[in-house]
Amino acid sequence: MEVTKDISSAREKSSWSRRLREQFAQVPLLGWLFGLLVAVVMEYLVGYPLARVLGLASVPALFGFEIIFRIPTLIPSTLLYILLVYVLPTGLVAWLGSSLANKLAARLLRYPLLISVVIHLGLLYAVLHLWGSFNDYRMIVLKLTLIAIMLTLSLNVVNGYMGEFSCSHPGFMALGAYAASVFTVLAFVHDDVFGLPLLPPALGPFMFPIALILGGLVAALGAVLVAIPSFRTRGDYLAIISLAFTFIVKSFIENLEVVGGPRGFMNQPPWANLPTVFVWTVLCVAVIHNFVRSTLGKALCAVRDDETAAEAMTVNTRRTKMVAFLFAAFWAGVAGGLFAHVMRYVNPGTFGVLKLSEVLAMVYLGGLNSVVGSIIGAVSLQLLMEALRPLEILKWIAIAVLLILIMIFRPTGLVAFTEMDVKSLLKPKWKAVEEVQHAVTAD
Amino acid sequence: MPLLRIENLTHYFGGLRAVHNYQVTIEPGQVRGLIGPNGAGKTTIFNLITGMYRPTEGEILFNGTDLVGLRPHQIASLGIGRTFQNLRLWRHMTVLDHVKLAHYSRIHYGLMGAFLGTARRHREEREIEEKSFALLEMMGIAHLADQVVTNLPYGVQRKVEIARALAVEPKLLLLDEPTAGMNPEEMLETMGVIRRIRDELGLTIFLIEHRMKVVMDLCEVIQTLDFGEVIAEGTPDEIRSNPKVIEAYLGKEVIT
Repeated sequence: MEVTKDISSAREKSSWSRRLREQFAQVPLLGWLFGLLVAVVMEYLVGYPLARVLGLASVPALFGFEIIFRIPTLIPSTLLYILLVYVLPTGLVAWLGSSLANKLAARLLRYPLLISVVIHLGLLYAVLHLWGSFNDYRMIVLKLTLIAIMLTLSLNVVNGYMGEFSCSHPGFMALGAYAASVFTVLAFVHDDVFGLPLLPPALGPFMFPIALILGGLVAALGAVLVAIPSFRTRGDYLAIISLAFTFIVKSFIENLEVVGGPRGFMNQPPWANLPTVFVWTVLCVAVIHNFVRSTLGKALCAVRDDETAAEAMTVNTRRTKMVAFLFAAFWAGVAGGLFAHVMRYVNPGTFGVLKLSEVLAMVYLGGLNSVVGSIIGAVSLQLLMEALRPLEILKWIAIAVLLILIMIFRPTGLVAFTEMDVKSLLKPKWKAVEEVQHAVTAD
Repeated sequence: MPLLRIENLTHYFGGLRAVHNYQVTIEPGQVRGLIGPNGAGKTTIFNLITGMYRPTEGEILFNGTDLVGLRPHQIASLGIGRTFQNLRLWRHMTVLDHVKLAHYSRIHYGLMGAFLGTARRHREEREIEEKSFALLEMMGIAHLADQVVTNLPYGVQRKVEIARALAVEPKLLLLDEPTAGMNPEEMLETMGVIRRIRDELGLTIFLIEHRMKVVMDLCEVIQTLDFGEVIAEGTPDEIRSNPKVIEAYLGKEVIT
């Protein structure tokens, strides 16, 4: 008895960090979202005055990275700003409101799951919107990050779930970007090349989804061209053919004077606002998540692990591979269309090897075969690339070193081969409390 | 009508004749054995039946349908399940997913169902899951449903393969050395499983096996293959005493 008491008291004393972690383990996702919302509202209200008090020229645009690298003397005040504006409010609200948030989350789960999902997404959108509307730079980083999620996820379907190595994503993206742009400019914009709009511009925003879907379909058509010669074999062939495809698309557009050739193509209407990009990203994540969790989607993993066995178990492997490839290309095309309308300018040079390595790095950093992994990979690498922008050319060395380190310590990526379970993500975290208490009493 | 009838089946790998003039007729409900020394062409015959190879010559009739020229997944959907000599499991997938996926040809919710998660999809997935659990319980591995196959012991992996083959809902089950690499205990267990499959599901079983005890105990009729040709066919007792079989397979020294 005495001994166990000693142990438990030692455990109690052990470390406040563990207790802190236990406290925060009880915070459901809803609580974190509330915390973040409070944090961004705080920044909205007191961001400027606080920055001035701390001696910063302006509010740190991207968590202070742009300041830290340029003016090292401002590091302490930047960190203080981050702490006061983001970390403390989020942490405090999440901690203090955890029981309330748990009750709410539990109540929400009594209704169909969709309602809970929509509310969580609504909160997330509110956070992103408030954070992003602070200045244009944040907004564009945010949109590009969302687009990067779509690209990474769709490439993960081919390179992760299907186990082929495809390099054609920039090509698909270019096809989608140009197809959607030509459609919107031709139909709704008074342009020097294409002349007067064919349709009343008022219709435009409603037709934007059609433009994006058209971009996706054109990209899928391109995917057919890659798939037909390369899917009869396995291994490196797809990699080579798809890489060639990317270059072919790039030089094809470079030589297409109608869309400006190498000078690029502009005048896209400004319809890719944050809600649009957000909704399309959510749609992409939801559809891909649904697909890879269905038995039809699992067939992809079977094809990757052992095609002969899959075929012997009634799986139509040729159709499975084709569908997955076209599906991935479709989403890459949609992402390309959004990209073109976010930047309101595209040129073929964007869709080259650099883009390819970027997307590949996001996929392999985040982890193969995982929807969460792709989201984490895309967000972290996109933000990192923005954060390291002040390092200029050194940025590419830093990112490469980081990738090498990850390949050494986590060869499969950050979160590989994990399926996202929406229900357990949204559920209240009472259980963590009970488990801890249970463990303590059991001791 | 016989369930499977093969006539004059011949297959060449380049210049090498792997199977020559092979014939077999299997009646529904039979347990058939196929034995022969290594390289006799046993697995090749299975691969020809399941469409992995296209025969150079010959006819394979399953339930009256000619299988030659069909793709493997089509043949499997007609009702032929198989296991492999060297395990061919999907190494990143769980036991349950293996069995669920083998129901592939029974899925009707289509791509839209897969993308959008319709009610129909959830219903079908649930049905498949129930069926899969029933099969896993029959194999006695239902408690391992969530395990990734690579983490499981060899004997269990063999059972997963059999469960997966059964999930195809076959009329004919091809087992390629189901007890290879097993210890005597596991072997007896597997034999019990095969008997249960025959009795409870009423399947026709075609079995390649090296262990005489397994073949002799399970099969009603046994064929012996040597250099791609059938050298003997008969009941276990007839095969046991056939001098040609003993010479080709068991070796001459055994009788002396």
